Amino acid sequence: MSTREREWGDLMRAANAGDATAYRRLLKSLEPALRSVARRGLGRAGFSRDEAEDVVQEILLAVHLKRDTWNAGEPILPWIHAIARYKLVDTLRRRGRRIYISIEDVAENLLAEDPPPTLATDTLTRLVQALPARQRDVVRAVALDGGSIREAAERLDMSEGAVRVALHRGLAALAARCGEPNA
Amino acid sequence: MKTDDLIRALAADHAPRRTSPTRTLAVATVLGLVVAAALFAAILGVRPDFTTVMGEPRFVFKFLVTLVLAATAFMLGRRLLGPLDADTSWWLTLAAAPLLLALAVAIELSVLPSGSWRAQLIGSNALLCLASVPLLALPILIAVLAALRQGAPVRPGLTGAVAGLLAGALGAALYAAHCIDDSPLFVAAWYSAAIALVTLVGALAGYRVLRW
Repeated sequence: MSTREREWGDLMRAANAGDATAYRRLLKSLEPALRSVARRGLGRAGFSRDEAEDVVQEILLAVHLKRDTWNAGEPILPWIHAIARYKLVDTLRRRGRRIYISIEDVAENLLAEDPPPTLATDTLTRLVQALPARQRDVVRAVALDGGSIREAAERLDMSEGAVRVALHRGLAALAARCGEPNA
Repeated sequence: MKTDDLIRALAADHAPRRTSPTRTLAVATVLGLVVAAALFAAILGVRPDFTTVMGEPRFVFKFLVTLVLAATAFMLGRRLLGPLDADTSWWLTLAAAPLLLALAVAIELSVLPSGSWRAQLIGSNALLCLASVPLLALPILIAVLAALRQGAPVRPGLTGAVAGLLAGALGAALYAAHCIDDSPLFVAAWYSAAIALVTLVGALAGYRVLRW
């Protein structure tokens, strides 16, 4: 079993058991590897690697929203590869390029780690602006201003439950809109 | 938005207890089946001699073959719910019901005089079968597709087709209780056609609604 298999598998299991810090660490650890997949995938299809950050964010949203389809008894790497590949192929298709990317390509590119770019394309900010007001305010309060659920609730004068619901719906809406043709 | 900011939002959205998509799929299938059964009771109902034919092999076989098909389609659907591809061995399980049916047809042909084959094949209510099975399957198909949307199917069209197969098989199992044509020849021709129709509808719908 690879180190990564163990590390990511353990983090996801801990996260599912309620360890929020483990979940954050998992996403942080996935980020540079997914960036490598996105950059190399875009490069191979003839697109600018500068667009990679949009793709990374899209894959992270998918990992988050679809994480329940991972079965804790199975290895996590094949699952990550499959999610990353689907979103990569999908994003290239939307950009008008149908190319074949194998699971092996994704697995290999995932081994590298790319640092965050200094300048990146930023589709997500535009999509956040287009969200319904409540979801937009909550996503901004938590993501951009770094507030906790409770802080966001106080600032926006909402209940914590309402903040949670708006945050989840907002993120799901962002993922859906990423997948639309002109996102 | 920096990727770091997104990760902060995703982590804040993390909830430890969530429903598993497999469970959602099972619940959706049962709910769809309940609606279909209510529809069945309202417009068709069981055939008048239901209790007397309950032990007849041909009658029982209709339920056996449709339920085996439904079970294998459900297992495959459960697999397709996740992003991992289903390899050939998964798809081969779907052959169980067609093999059973082929066997039943062979037996039927061997015990019936060839003069009556045609009459058994055509049956008495083929059109009702073609109309009823898709109608009964519809609520199941809608529920199953809705559940699959919670998953991460990487082949939307094929996954939709499997949803159609599951819904069609369960619709056919319900219809079997009303249908007075019990010959495997009839089942092979008309039940298959009706289920194929639902499978096609499932594939077309899945192609549109199962992307994520």
